[in-house]
Amino acid sequence: MENKYILETKDVQKIFDSNGLVVKAVDDVNLHVKAGEFVGLVGPSGSGKTTMLAMLATLLRETGGSLLIDGQDLGSMSDNQRTKFRRERIGFTFQSNNLVSYLTALENVELMLRLNKKNKRESREKAAALLTRLGLGDRLNSLPSQLSGGQQQRVAIARSLIHDPSVVLADEPTASLDTERANQVVQIFADLIHEGQRAGIMVTHDLRMCKYVDKVVQMEDGKIARVITERSEIDLLAGTSKFDQLPKEESLEKSEISSKKPLLPNLTPALAGS
Amino acid sequence: MSTYLSLKEIWRNKSRFFLFSLVIALIAVLVLFTAGLGEGLASANKEYLEKLDAEILVFQEGTGYSTIESRLDYQKVKRVRRLDGIVDAGPIGFSNAEIVLDEGLDPIDISFVGVEPGKPGLPAPIAGDTLRSNQAKVVMIDQRIAESANINVGDYITIKVTQGTEDKFYDLRVTGITDGQQYFFQPSVFVSLAIWDKYRPKADASVSSSRPVTNIIAVQLEDSANMESMSALIESTVKDVETSDIKTAYESSPGYSAQQNTLNTMKGFTFLIGVLVIGGFFQIQTLQKVPQIGMLKAIGTPNPVVAVSAILQIIFVTVFGVFLGAVAVFGLAIGIPSSVPILFTGTSVLIAIGSLLLIGPIGGMVSIRLALKVEPLTALGM
Repeated sequence: MENKYILETKDVQKIFDSNGLVVKAVDDVNLHVKAGEFVGLVGPSGSGKTTMLAMLATLLRETGGSLLIDGQDLGSMSDNQRTKFRRERIGFTFQSNNLVSYLTALENVELMLRLNKKNKRESREKAAALLTRLGLGDRLNSLPSQLSGGQQQRVAIARSLIHDPSVVLADEPTASLDTERANQVVQIFADLIHEGQRAGIMVTHDLRMCKYVDKVVQMEDGKIARVITERSEIDLLAGTSKFDQLPKEESLEKSEISSKKPLLPNLTPALAGS
Repeated sequence: MSTYLSLKEIWRNKSRFFLFSLVIALIAVLVLFTAGLGEGLASANKEYLEKLDAEILVFQEGTGYSTIESRLDYQKVKRVRRLDGIVDAGPIGFSNAEIVLDEGLDPIDISFVGVEPGKPGLPAPIAGDTLRSNQAKVVMIDQRIAESANINVGDYITIKVTQGTEDKFYDLRVTGITDGQQYFFQPSVFVSLAIWDKYRPKADASVSSSRPVTNIIAVQLEDSANMESMSALIESTVKDVETSDIKTAYESSPGYSAQQNTLNTMKGFTFLIGVLVIGGFFQIQTLQKVPQIGMLKAIGTPNPVVAVSAILQIIFVTVFGVFLGAVAVFGLAIGIPSSVPILFTGTSVLIAIGSLLLIGPIGGMVSIRLALKVEPLTALGM
């Protein structure tokens, strides 16, 4: 039977042991992301979301459990295999220092193709077309220093998608952007993930950005505290929901882990603001 | 991929990398000039001895291979010649003198060398004729003298020497011109040993030996592989002599080792400065790029690509800098007066350039190690 999930984690653990000080950064996390699904990973600082992202990106090895992308167990791969896998199957957007400072916007996007030895003329045209679609058609030959923060993030998004990865990961992609640009960037990101039928995970502190995701996974103390799949709840969390206009038929997945806990304390202001 | 990344970075930061190449160029200029000076000074000191067509030099025992201190009776030359395994042996006498030029022109200090016509020690002429007679008042002069004083074959030169308390002037006809034959930082003038013994500076002009005296004997062997055994044979057969090879002889010249060691120390320190400057530059640059390197690794750039890219960048910058330096040195060398003892030989220049090209990768090793150690997790701020 074909696995319907692109990304799966099973009881994943990450324990850091520093001079006898043992910290369980990620504790028995089970996460499933389907093709075309965009997941928001939220939680307070130290909740384990970045560690989780690092493990999904093959940058960090799990202490226990397993992580699978496209059915391949990341834990069984050698370091070189993980680097190759990361290059071919994963797209990455970071909070900052996203772009190579001495490459133009187009060259930055092409970089992923060059790394994957797909540097053909059609690839170059594909990169230019993607950047154009992201509103950067007139900035193809601009260096990162000549681009605004939002433009730089759009280039990073293009780079994370150009090589047709299975999974797209974003670490706080809107941290350095104003609200308008942040909305613009995440919306584009979401559209491209849906369109390309990729699995997308975005770590964010900005709950307003959750309005673009299909599922919110809330982490606390290394565990998944709650998974929100109801559109209304997501919109409520994002502070954009109008209760009288809540869609009736938006019955997304049931929460995989039902939690009786209230939302984390830092989520409350966002809810209060709604 | 590595070449692409390194060239793009250099191209987009042309000014920074060009300035750094200029620093390397200046280091190259310094190293090449020091190497040239070392070679030039060494050559000025040893050129004649180095070009000698002989394998063994015979000195008076106990003189520490000093050509000036050594005094040998002419009979010893004959005794050496009689030994089996020796092709020929020639006496050589050294002293200092001046060539007096027309009024208003500075005299030329020379090494006044007495040799026996047709015997080892007499260089071949590049123009004119060689010395043929022991008694003829003719000389062969170093081409440097010919060029600087515009002296031609057939001209007469006046040699000034001090004998006793008197300055004596001797007119000699130039019969031939030799290639560069400096000794003790002075170009050489060759005369027959008999003439040399008569005209050389003496403490007391009245003292005149009935038999010519020589400083050293140049010995040509039948088989140069027998140097050790022949040296031993000479020392055991001829009384009160010691022998050496050519290299030992010029290395024993007063000040030679001290001078070369000083220049080699200078060269060594310049290399060290080069290594540290290049190391410092690339390390600072790598430190500035740590987040970017982390990001590159996080998106799947293999470590070898990062390392090779860094190495290529160092190589490009170093090669360009050394090239600029070499061009500058050869440009400057054209304008250097011949009196400055700088000599660029193929070997010394190649060794200097090769060493300069090595200082880049050596200096950059720390930065490459640093780049390799950057964890891709830094892209996530972890």
